[in-house]
Amino acid sequence: MSKIEKAFQNGKAFVAFLTGGDPSIAKSEEFILQMVDAGADLIEIGIPFSDPVAEGPVIQQANMRALSAGVTTDSIFELVESVRKKTEVPLVFLTYLNPVFNYGYDRFFNRCHALGVDGMIIPDLPFEEKDELAEVADHYRVDLISLIAPTSAQRIKQIAKVAKGFLYVVSSMGVTGMRSEFKVDLKNIIATAKESSNLPVAVGFGINTPEQAKEIASIADGVIVGSAIVKLIEKHGDAAGIYIFEYVKNMKEAMTGD
Amino acid sequence: MAKGRYGIHGGQYVPETLMNELIHLETCYEHYKNDADFHHALQKLLNEYAGRPSLLYFAEKMTKELGGAKIYLKREDLNHTGSHKINNVLGQALLAKRMGKTRLIAETGAGQHGVATATAAALLGMECEIFMGKEDTERQALNVYRMELLGAAVHPVTSGTMTLKDAVNEAMREWTTRVQDTHYVFGSVMGPHPFPMMVRDFQSVISREARAQILDVELKLPDAVVACVGGGSNAMGMFYHFLEDTQVKLIGCEAAGRGTETDQHAATIAKGSLGIFHGMKSYFCQDEYGQIAPVYSISAGLDYPGIGPEHAYLHDIERAQYIPVTDAEAVDAFEYLARTEGIICAIESAHAIAHVIKLAPKMAKNQIILICLSGRGDKDVAAIARYKGVNLHE
Repeated sequence: MSKIEKAFQNGKAFVAFLTGGDPSIAKSEEFILQMVDAGADLIEIGIPFSDPVAEGPVIQQANMRALSAGVTTDSIFELVESVRKKTEVPLVFLTYLNPVFNYGYDRFFNRCHALGVDGMIIPDLPFEEKDELAEVADHYRVDLISLIAPTSAQRIKQIAKVAKGFLYVVSSMGVTGMRSEFKVDLKNIIATAKESSNLPVAVGFGINTPEQAKEIASIADGVIVGSAIVKLIEKHGDAAGIYIFEYVKNMKEAMTGD
Repeated sequence: MAKGRYGIHGGQYVPETLMNELIHLETCYEHYKNDADFHHALQKLLNEYAGRPSLLYFAEKMTKELGGAKIYLKREDLNHTGSHKINNVLGQALLAKRMGKTRLIAETGAGQHGVATATAAALLGMECEIFMGKEDTERQALNVYRMELLGAAVHPVTSGTMTLKDAVNEAMREWTTRVQDTHYVFGSVMGPHPFPMMVRDFQSVISREARAQILDVELKLPDAVVACVGGGSNAMGMFYHFLEDTQVKLIGCEAAGRGTETDQHAATIAKGSLGIFHGMKSYFCQDEYGQIAPVYSISAGLDYPGIGPEHAYLHDIERAQYIPVTDAEAVDAFEYLARTEGIICAIESAHAIAHVIKLAPKMAKNQIILICLSGRGDKDVAAIARYKGVNLHE
């Protein structure tokens, strides 16, 4: 069992996302530790990219803020190096293929392995193009996390069968960002995925309220929240830590029914 | 070569949400590609609506003045809507209609592709929404109004650098939001498979005609075929039926903006590096970390940080040659063609003319250069005047 799968062993998992380096590397570290203290089971760090096509406006702007502050892929690795001295929480990266390609697949995954990054989410790397880096990710024991979309239909089985870490079910059509309701038949998608895989299933895109977290947690193994956390950073900047802590704590409590 | 690949280039690097749609699109395209009815309908539109076949024109005065190779212009500027863009748009719109789609979306830079898409949508009775960088909507206000006249909604894109690449990002985001009834009409030989292949096929009508036309008047093939390249759709269409004629030199002219020695250019082959973006592996202008670079050209149509994957491949195997042309050279060529042949061409096409002005005198009088004159220049007149410091009191 990989470290990521273990993150789903203590009840329903709360997966918390932030864009690395927004508003600064030092603050990202502080926010990550706050999220862990508040009960986050898995931390997803976005490596900023100039053109994040799967993101809505909130995370797009976080990418821009981080890049404008001079954040690079190397600074994100330094962030992980520092975070790893303080917590053993499972960490995954989310970024687009081009920054990874330009860093060099071997160099990138070697560094992930050395620093203790457990998984990788790449929204523009579909099943058909997995071979691009599946082998090198395997070699360095970094789980390449697969996404399942509302449109995946007959592809769900194919994807789930060879997936690693956890299955990331996209709750809605479109890009990331807070939504007031979910129109997709998530229950059915999750059931189909579970027929082909023993991996935990987490749902992301649009989830932002404790009620939604509770509702999703009743049908999935985990809940992924990004834009709502990034929005707190956008609003409170350097002072966002306490708001993030409270937010994550509320979400986690809603899911576990405490 | 693997499906959708051009050497190492191409592929389908898109979010999972779009994958089934791309597979469906490819299946439908493969079906209709061989469907007589579809062909007949498309040919009818191309001939009776767009005005094809486009003329092959012998630029006699230019030939004489330059004193070298004979110069022919393939007049895509005479098509309805004023450029080669209509060839691809009619093909994709007709395909989308057959697929049961009711809504077209597209990105546009200067507005040529947006106007062509809005035109096809009006003709075929489809909804149309165009994504255009906010900066471009301001520079090309006339084209925005033109698209609105045609019934399209134009969305100014305020993300990123607010130009063409951001318009593509936003159109892709919109497509992932609403894919069921919507077809994304890519404007160039770029994006994920099957777009580079499909757009090339629809644009290859240019070289199918041009090859036959030149053989008809000259009884031999040209020595060089020249076209401008941004994403590369007019060039790919112009090169395609000459690919097997290895004695024919294929030359693409990319935008060097203020010079390839500055950071203000869009010269992807000369200055870019291998990357994966907008659904494809190809060459891109980017930094060492793979952040896509802001690009610049006086020509909004060439102002794109990537190039179609088939061009990247033709460059790799040295079948085609790609040459950077600066703003200054293109503007000179724009004026030169107007003065010499009485043709005001698009500033994009002027990049090809500029290279031929240098190339023709070095060639023998019995040699032939064939240029794709991809569009007309009405849209550029104001920008050229601005560039020359002329105040038009608009």
